Parts: sequence; structure tokens; C-alpha cells
Amino acid sequence: MESKYFRRENQITVSLISTIIILIAYIIWVYNRHIADSPETLNDLQFWGRSFLILIPVMIVAQIVIHIIFAIINKIITRQDIPSKTDEMGQLIELKSLRISRWVQSVFFILAMAALAMNYEIWVMFVLLIASCFMSTIVESLAQIYYYRKGV
Amino acid sequence: MSKCNIHNNIRTFRFHKNEMTQQELADKVGVTRQTIVAIENGKYSPTLELAFKIAAVFETPLQEVFSYEPQ
Repeated sequence: MESKYFRRENQITVSLISTIIILIAYIIWVYNRHIADSPETLNDLQFWGRSFLILIPVMIVAQIVIHIIFAIINKIITRQDIPSKTDEMGQLIELKSLRISRWVQSVFFILAMAALAMNYEIWVMFVLLIASCFMSTIVESLAQIYYYRKGV
Repeated sequence: MSKCNIHNNIRTFRFHKNEMTQQELADKVGVTRQTIVAIENGKYSPTLELAFKIAAVFETPLQEVFSYEPQ
């Protein structure tokens, strides 16, 4: 009889969805607070620096809270703890997914530099840089889910 | 995904080992149950070290647990 057990892809899926939700919420918050009234803020370098520096701890704290909630729910459903270590299959999947995410990040970074070279406004480069971070994270998570489900 | 040419009899050996569970086997060889499930279903080819560990649990030669069938 097959009982329920911890599946890494479930944890990754929860993390991915929460990352997207937090990012969207943060963008909406920043937009309403700073950009809606004065669009010229978009070209203020100090604004971008502050936005990045606030976003990092927000994401870290949110991910820790979500990880704790997931661990509790996982314990209730499977009656097992989340494995503390990643085994060989997990490490292989992480490496393969990381390779894909690096390609995505590189493409967006090149696009950001191209935007500067083509004399677009400074905010275009920052938006592309943020996109490079989050798109690479999203693609990495999707690749991991794919490999866990389809095999590696 | 990539074709897995390595076949295994882990399910059979578990049955003959007093219906050893996937979790018990995973604990003995130091991987997660998810990895054992993936190996049994042909979704993951274990490293040589893990293959030897699994064979050692069943106290049988490696080639009786795993077999390679080229395309």
C-alpha cells in the first residue's frame, strides 16, 4: 500500500507560487506608494536602490514563514519531517535546473545592457534586471518540478 | 525525458525481504523515498555507489538487482 510521502516538487511549487504572489504584491505596493503620483521617480537611482534593498529582506522573511507553514502541513499530512539534506537525485536536478536558469538570467542581463546601449530610460534597465532575477528563479523552479515529475 | 536503459528488480527484492517498504530501503541507503520511487519507476538511474548500496541491502550481486539493456 502506498502511503503519502514528502515530495520535493510540492515544496518547490508552494515556494514558486508564493514568490510570484509576493513579487506582484510588492510591485503593486511600490507603484501605488511611489510611482502612481510621480512617474519621474522611475528615473531616480536612489528609488531603485531602496526598492531592491527592501525587497531582499521581505522575500527572505516571507520564504522562511512559508517554509515553516509548509513543514507543519507536510508533517500533518505525511507524518514525516522534510528531509534536511538533498540526496543525489535532488542534487542532479538542482544542477540541471540551475544551468537552465543561468541561461535565462544571461539573456535578460544582455537585454538590460542592450537597453542602456540603445539609450532607453534608466528604469527599463532596472525592470529588466529585476525580471532577470525573477524569471530565472521561476524557470529554475519549473525545471525542477518538470525533472521531479518526468524523471532525470 | 531521456530513455532509461537501466532496469531493476527492486520491487521484487523488497517483496522477498519481508515486504520491505520504500521508506525502509531509502533509510538504509541514505536517500529519500522519492528517489527510491523514481528508481523503481525507471525515472532515475542511480549512481554506481547507490546501486551497490541497494544491492548490499538485499545481499545480492549488483547485476541481479540492476540490468542494462542497450537500445
